[in-house]
Parts: sequence; structure tokens; C-alpha cells
Amino acid sequence: METKNNLKAWLYLAPMLILMIVFTFYPLFNAFIISFYKDYLPLANDGAGSITGYTFANYSVILKNQLFWQSIKNTFVLALVSVPVSILISLFIAVALKSIPKLKGFFQTIFFLPYVTNGIAVGMAFAVMFHRDYGLFNLVLSWFKISPIDWIGGTASWWAQMGALMIFTIWESLAFKILVFTSGLQNIDKQYYDAAKIDHATKWTIFKRITVPLLSPLILYISITSMIGALKAYNSVIGLFGEKLGGQPYSMITIVAFVYKYRSDFSFQGFYSYAASAAIILFIITLIFSLIQTTVSKKRIHY
Amino acid sequence: MEIKMLDLTKIFVSKDKREVHAVDHVDLTIPSGKLIGLLGPSGCGKSTTLYLLAGLLRQTQGQIYFGEDEVSDMPPEKRGIGLVFQNYALYPHMTVRENILFPLENLKVEKEEAKKRTIEMAQLVGLGEMLDRKPKELSGGQQQRVAIARALVKKPRVLLLDEPLSNLDARLRLQTREEIKRIQRETKITTVFVTHDQEEAMSISDEIVVMKDGVIQQMGEPQHVYDHPQNLFVAQFLGTPQINVFNGVVKNKKIYVNDMFISKTTLEDQTVKVGVRPEGFIVDLEKKSEFKFEIDLVETIGRDTTLIIEVPGNEGGLLDKITFKAIVDASLKIKAGDWVHFNIKPEKMYLFDLEGKLLK
Ligand SMILES: Nc1ncnc2c1ncn2[C@@H]1O[C@H](COP(=O)(O)OP(=O)(O)OP(=O)(O)O)[C@@H](O)[C@H]1O
Ligand SMILES: [Mg+2]
Repeated sequence: METKNNLKAWLYLAPMLILMIVFTFYPLFNAFIISFYKDYLPLANDGAGSITGYTFANYSVILKNQLFWQSIKNTFVLALVSVPVSILISLFIAVALKSIPKLKGFFQTIFFLPYVTNGIAVGMAFAVMFHRDYGLFNLVLSWFKISPIDWIGGTASWWAQMGALMIFTIWESLAFKILVFTSGLQNIDKQYYDAAKIDHATKWTIFKRITVPLLSPLILYISITSMIGALKAYNSVIGLFGEKLGGQPYSMITIVAFVYKYRSDFSFQGFYSYAASAAIILFIITLIFSLIQTTVSKKRIHY
Repeated sequence: MEIKMLDLTKIFVSKDKREVHAVDHVDLTIPSGKLIGLLGPSGCGKSTTLYLLAGLLRQTQGQIYFGEDEVSDMPPEKRGIGLVFQNYALYPHMTVRENILFPLENLKVEKEEAKKRTIEMAQLVGLGEMLDRKPKELSGGQQQRVAIARALVKKPRVLLLDEPLSNLDARLRLQTREEIKRIQRETKITTVFVTHDQEEAMSISDEIVVMKDGVIQQMGEPQHVYDHPQNLFVAQFLGTPQINVFNGVVKNKKIYVNDMFISKTTLEDQTVKVGVRPEGFIVDLEKKSEFKFEIDLVETIGRDTTLIIEVPGNEGGLLDKITFKAIVDASLKIKAGDWVHFNIKPEKMYLFDLEGKLLK
């Protein structure tokens, strides 16, 4: 009986498992191997590729690469700021939506639009809005008598560029989070809110002490997935800055963009393995982040 | 704190635009320091009444006063009430201590004082040992006591309990019922206790309020209401086994059921409903009484014997087919198939008109 059931379970899982092996585990494993190849030329020998041995050099070269550290810095700053900020904003919006049931559907549609729109297209729209001379952002700033800022152009400071990238990233990621939080809020028993009112709680206290803790499993889920998403940022940079990857070349490069750049750079030997080692480093970073988040939350979410 | 409801009305409008008068022109005064049992069948508007008092629902019409203060438009957090929900609504992510402490924190009670009161309250409800447990680690009865402690710790002006015992098993129910009674006596907080269990309401309350379809039927001390029901609904709702109801006629100052003479009356000639409590029958050993039946079933439990009598009804329609119950002394040794003549205790018999109104 046991084994029979087991067999059935495996059978049900098989399609998914096969897809995962072909498209996730195998490439991951392959990248891992490639990251140790010496002088790898993937197109040599009619596409069979050629190597001259195995080495750790790819990693040490990468770790000495200025651009790699730039990509690490950009990715980290982007992820560590945009993830918590977007979670907070989407939580507030979801809670606010709950208190206006009549307009909820309307606003949900509005907030959901970015989700169903192509990221690069939205990025281009944002690029226009961030334009120094006729962008919307500077227009708004001018109302407050703030002189125009070059957000994404050739003279833009690193902070201005990062700011633009963050605003865009946060905006783009709000839709899904709002959707998840809205449905999460619907699952919280209304009686807790009634009880809290009876217990003299203010709106803020209710948010802090009731809503957030009761949503904490969802908040954890969202923060892990969006942290992973943010660490893989690439689309947004392309959308906002184009192939230059920044106001100045590569100034907003991210880890994935770095991987991509080396993967498609055929100007010297070993490029491919550099990309692979950078990808593996990204994988390890992502893994560490997820592990930290799960352990921290295991201590703090006890319900 | 006396609670006064004036012309209190709550109308729900459902999606198909139908109006439900959940609470209908209720005028009610609940005396200070008393425990009132609000009693009625499911859907009669008990919870709605409670939520109106709590401020969780807004009345369609009418006013509510707590003592001299009108609270009709006050939000719940300002009313100073404690409410125990039907399924407790304890915060699942907080410990017992945090649950009880929560209202005090919100009221900005000084920290040490709040801690002290939390512990005292936990001890009052017998949960002193369980302060650091989460609600899901408690039994139903313990959870219920946490809910009471949370409601009481802030020293509310009014305590409202919505069917707090409905999730408990029979023994725990009795036990917790006594406990609520004790806590109420000790704290002297005006309390409204909602239940659809008449026995529970009768045993715990100083006074009961019987409600039906959003309308108050009668209010008074439990025994008084039981002995002097103002209408057939109240008479039927209180007491187990239920009151027996016969179709009867009054002719020449005499009451007849099924052409059998029962007793004299001062009423004019008319058709009536005759309500007789099961304990209102006296077996007439001399067999002089005309009111006689063949016994179908006899159930003896302890001292009491319940005679179960099926009346087939007669073609003339004066008597519907009914089953009625009479509780008599077990020492009489009545068996199924015996013919028994009954006299009726006058104080256990009520006459109602066909609308169910008591005839005096
Ligand atoms: N939010 C609502 N919308 C529409 N109708 C409602 C609403 N709440 C209650 N009602 C209706 O009002 C009436 C009274 O409901 P209420 O919950 O007060 O009954 P109750 O006496 O507490 O019943 P129970 O013993 O089953 O808890 C019912 O007919 C119910 O269907
Ligand atoms: Mg109810």
C-alpha cells in the first residue's frame, strides 16, 4: 500500500520533476562546471567547445574586477532598499483599499496594470518621465521650486540614477504585492478587528499589532520571493537606461547584467567562464539571503 | 451602570433589497449591576442587539444610554465595554498574558500597574499558571476564560457576552456558567449574557429578556417569567419538557378540551389555546375527572415519571394530533396502556387567544 502510493506520488510529480531537471538543475550544474573551465571556447570545434583544464582563476579574476564589484554594490543597494520599501507601501495600500470597499475593484485594477504590462515598455515610459528637460518628475519638483535633476542622463549622479531605478523597481513590484496582501487581508477574521476596537486599539495599533503579525507568513513569503527577484534585477535597468546600462556606461550594472555582458562578450578567451562564475556567486548570495530570512523569521513568526 | 435602549431598531438591507428587521423598536432598561440573560431562538437578533450596544453596528433608529451618557453615536473604543465574542476572537499570535494586557496597553495604563492587573485578572479566572501559553494551546473553556479576562481587565462599564458557552461540552458549560456568575457577582459589572439555551439563561441570570423576531417578548426574573408568561411563545420557549398546548373552547364559563371538562373560568365563550406545564398534571386516583387519556409510553428517571400520551386528534378538528407529556410521581406505578384521569394545577395552566396572547 505504502509503496504503491509512493509510486503514484512520484508519477504525479514526474512531469514537473523532469522539467526542473532539464531547465533548472542541469543548467545550474553545468554553469557550476563551466565556472571552473580553463580557457573555455564554447564555439570552438564546431560548437563542441574546447578547454585546457580546470581552474579557480575565473573566480579570482572576477573578484578583482572593478565592474563586478560595481554590479554587486548596485544590486545590493537596490534590493535592500526597494524590497522593504515596496513591502511597506503595498501593505499600506492593501490596508487602505480594504477600508474603501466600493472603490476597491477600481483601484485594484489600476494597481494591477503594471503587472500585466511589459517591464521594458514601462521602463521606457519611466525613462521619458525621468527626462531632465521634459520629464514628469522634474516638472513636479519644479512646483516645489527644486531645480531639475538629471536622473538618468550622462551627467546623472550615481544616487540620482539609483533613485530612479528604485522608484521604477518599487512601482513595478507593487502590483503583485498588493494583490497578495489584499487577498491575505481578506482571510483575516473580521472578529479580530472588532475585538481590537473593543480593546481600544487605534488604527495604527491595529495595523502594527494585529494586521502585520497575522500577515507575517505572507510578508515572509513576499520578502523572500521579492528579494530573490531584486537580486536578479536586469529588465528594469535595460528598460530605464537601455544597453548602456546606466547614465554613464555600466554605472547601473547589476549582477545579472554583468553575467549577460560577459556571456555575450566574445572578445577574449574565458569570457564564458567568467559569466558562469559570476552566476554561481549570485546563486550563493541568493541562497544565503533566503536562508537568513527563513531563520530570522522562524524565530519571529510563531503562529 | 444602567443600560437604556429607546426605540432601538436595526434594519439590514440584503443584496436583493429585502429588509431584515433584526432589532425592532426595542425599549429596554437593564438595571445597574445585574446579570441579564438575553434569550431567543436563532436569528432573533440577540447578537445584533449586543453589537449595537457595543457600537460595532450602527443602529438604524433609536438611542442607547449608559447611565446618563448617550452613547448612540460613540465608536466602540470609547464606550468602555467589554465584549466576549461567540468564538472568543483571541489574538492567535499573542500569549494569554499579551491578550489580557492588550486593552490596558491601548488605554495607556502605567506598565507596572498593567502587569499587576493582568496577573490578578488571570488568577480571578483561574489561569494564573497559563499566562505564557498561546490560545491554541488552551482548551475551549480556558480560551473562554481568557476572553472574559480580556474583557474584564479594563474594568468596563458594561460586560457583553455573546453565547460564550456554545462551544463547550456539557460539563465545562455548567462549570464555566457558575464561574461567570461568580465573577459577575464579585465585579458587580452590569452584564448582558446572550444565549439561545433557556436553561442556561434561567440558571445564570438575575433577569431574563425573551426575544423573538427582533421584538422583546417579556422581561423579568427567570422564575417569574416562567410562571407568568405573557404569551404562548414565551410559555413554549421556557421549560423542558415544553409546555403542552391543547386546542380548547370556553363555554358557559367552563373550559373544555376534546369535549372533556377541565376547569372553570371567568372568560367569555371563545376558542382558546390551553397551555399546561408538564408538571401541572395531578393524577386523579378517584378517577372522577373527565380529563382522561390512555398512556402510550412511560419514562421513569429518578423520582419523576414522564407519561407520554399521543392524542390522535378528532375529526371535528377541536383537537389536533398532539403528543403531550405529564410529569408525575414515580410511586404511582403507572404503566403504558393504563387510563389515567388528570386534574390540573390552576397555577400551571394558561389560556391564550388564537394569536397567542395571554387571556387573564
Ligand atoms: N450583516 C447582516 N446583513 C444582513 N442581515 C443580517 C446581518 N447580520 C444579521 N442579519 C440578520 O439579522 C437577524 C438577526 O441576526 P442575529 O445575528 O442578531 O441573530 P442571533 O439572535 O444572534 O442568532 P444566533 O442565535 O443564531 O446567533 C437574522 O435574520 C440575520 O439573518
Ligand atoms: Mg448570535
